[in-house]
Amino acid sequence: MPSQPLLDVRSLVEPDRVHRRAYSDPEIFDLEIKHIFEKTWIYAGHETQVPNPGDYWQFQIGRQPMVMVRGNGDAVHVLYNRCPHRGVQVCGSRHGSGGDALTCPYHAWRFHYDGSLESVPLEKGYRETRFDRANPDFHMKRAARVQRYRGFVFASLDPKGPDLVEWLGDARMAFDDICDRSPVGRVEVVPNCFRVVQRSNWKFFMENQLDAVHPSVTHMSTGYAAADVERKLKRETGSQPLHYHYLSAFATSFDQWDQLETAGYPYGHTLLGGYMGLRPTDADTLEHERVLAAAYGEAKKDEILGRNIHHVLIYPSISVQSPLQQLRAIRPISHDRTMSEIWHFRLVGAPEAIYRRSLWYYNLVNSPSTMINADDLENWQRGQFGLNSDGGDWVSFHRDYGRDRDANGELHSTNGCSELPMRAQFRAWLKYLTETE
Amino acid sequence: MAEPTSVAAATALQTHHEVSQFLFQQSNLLDGKQWQAWIDLFADDGLYWMPPGPEYTTWDGVPSIFIEDRDLMSVRMKRVTHPNAWSQQAEWGTSHVVSNVIVEGTDPASGDLLVRSRFHLLEVRRDDVRHFAGTYQHRLRRVDGALKIVLQRVDMVNGQAAFEYVLQIWV
Ligand code: FES
Ligand SMILES: [Fe+2]
Repeated sequence: MPSQPLLDVRSLVEPDRVHRRAYSDPEIFDLEIKHIFEKTWIYAGHETQVPNPGDYWQFQIGRQPMVMVRGNGDAVHVLYNRCPHRGVQVCGSRHGSGGDALTCPYHAWRFHYDGSLESVPLEKGYRETRFDRANPDFHMKRAARVQRYRGFVFASLDPKGPDLVEWLGDARMAFDDICDRSPVGRVEVVPNCFRVVQRSNWKFFMENQLDAVHPSVTHMSTGYAAADVERKLKRETGSQPLHYHYLSAFATSFDQWDQLETAGYPYGHTLLGGYMGLRPTDADTLEHERVLAAAYGEAKKDEILGRNIHHVLIYPSISVQSPLQQLRAIRPISHDRTMSEIWHFRLVGAPEAIYRRSLWYYNLVNSPSTMINADDLENWQRGQFGLNSDGGDWVSFHRDYGRDRDANGELHSTNGCSELPMRAQFRAWLKYLTETE
Repeated sequence: MAEPTSVAAATALQTHHEVSQFLFQQSNLLDGKQWQAWIDLFADDGLYWMPPGPEYTTWDGVPSIFIEDRDLMSVRMKRVTHPNAWSQQAEWGTSHVVSNVIVEGTDPASGDLLVRSRFHLLEVRRDDVRHFAGTYQHRLRRVDGALKIVLQRVDMVNGQAAFEYVLQIWV
C-alpha cells in the first residue's frame, strides 16, 4: 500500500464537490475502514436482541467479526468473535444462545459472557508455561468501548475519543423520538433482520436517505401505481388504508419535498426534518395520543408528537426513521459492495394498531420484496458504474451551496432539497480521515 | 389389460393431474410476465405470502417478505409495467420448474384443496444469475368450476440468506 493517500485525501473533498475516487478507489476504502469504521462509534444492535444471559448476535465493525453478548443482569458485552487459543470463531450462528458459557468448538476453551476465560480442558498441561488465565491474551478480546443510549448499543474499537452521548450530540433525538413515542419510553426489537446487499459504495446509502430530490424521480413508478390503487379503494370502499400512502407519498412533488429542512451535525450525523402525515385523527392515532397524554401529560405529548423528524442518519452506520420505528444498519464489504441490515421496533405499551403501521412500512418499503428500495439500489449500482469510469472526475453537491447556515458547527439548510446533508457528511469524512494521530 | 381403477383412485388421479397443470400454469404465467392473468388465478380474497422463515405460522402481526392481496399485487404489477420503473430497464427473465406435487388432502371445513409442491427458479438479470428454491403450499378453492388460489405460501430455502439485490416480482 502506498503511504501517500493520507495527504491525497484532502484534494478529494471541496466544499461543493467530491472526487469520484472517494467512491471508486479501494485504497480510500481501506482508509475509511481504518479511520472511520474501526475507530468511531458503530451500531452493534439493540439490547432487546439479546434478552437473556448468554444470548448473542453477530455483526461487523469495519472488517472485524464481532459478537454482542448479553451478560448477567443488565450488562451487554461486545467481543471479537475469535478464540484466543488458535483463532477459531466461537459463536457460529448469526444469533443464538451461548448457554452457560461461550464454548469454542475446536478444543473447548470456555469463556464468560464478558470474554474472560472460564476454563480450558487439561489445564495442568499449561503448568510452568507462559499461559496465564488472568492475562487478557487468553480471553476473547473485547471492543475497546461499549456504550448504550436508550437501549441502542454502540461499540468503538478505539479506547480514545468522545463518549457516545457527546458524539451523538443533537442527533440523539433519533433515539429520543423513537423511545418517547412509547408511554414507558422503551422500544423492543422485532427479532427479524432482513439483509440485502447493495452493489454500491456505502456512502450512496448514507447520502440517499436525506436526498429529498430523489423520491419523486426514483420512486415515480411505485408512487403512481400505489396512488392509482389507492384511488380505486377510496372509490369502492370510501376509505384507503394508510399503508398505501406510504408508497404513494414517494411521488410527492419537488415543491413539497423542498419545504422540509435538513441539518448537519458534528461527526457527520444528518437530519431530514419533515412529516409524512403520520399524525392523522383516526381512532388509532387518538388512542395512542391518549396513552401518551396519560403517561407524560398533554404538553409533553404534543412536544413528542410534534417533532419534525423524517429521517436521521447516525454517521457512518445507521439510518433511523423514528416516526415509523425503522432502523437500517450498513456494513461495508468493499468499495463497491455494502451489506444492509434492516430492523423495526415495537413501541412498548403503545396500541397494537401503531405497531401495525410500522409493520406495513417494514413489509412494503424495507423487506426484500420492497417496491421502493428496488429502484434505489438500481440507481446506486448505476451510480457506482459511472463513478468507476473516467467519464468525469467530480460528484456535484452544489444545490443550495452557499446558503447553509452554520450555528456553532451545526449546519442548517433553508430548504429540504438542499444538498447540505452530503456536504456535511463529507466535511466529517475529511475530518475522520485527516485527524489520524 | 389393466384392471379398471376404482372410482376413488380415478378421481384422485384426475385431481392430481388438474392441480399439477394448474401449478405449472401458475409458474408459466410468471415466466411469461403475464401479470394480470397470474393475479386472476387468485380468489377475490386470495393471498400471496412469503414468510421470513419456515417457523412462521401466520402473517398476522409479524414480518413477511411478501404479504399481498389482489390490490397490492395490482400495485406491484402497475409499478413494474410503468415506463419509469428504472430497475426494470435491466433485461431480465425467469424460468421456474415446479415438481413433487402432493395433494395433501381437503380442508374438511372449507373444502379447499391443500397442495404441496417444490419449485426451482433461475433468474437472469443483466449478466447475473440467481437461484431460488423451496416449497409452495397452496390452498385452492373451486369457484365456478375453476381452481382459484386462496393462499400461496412460498418458503424459499435461501430466504434467510442475504439477498443480492431484491425480489421485484413474485417467486
Ligand atoms: S481454537 Fe478455540 S479452543 Fe482451540
Ligand atoms: Fe429512495
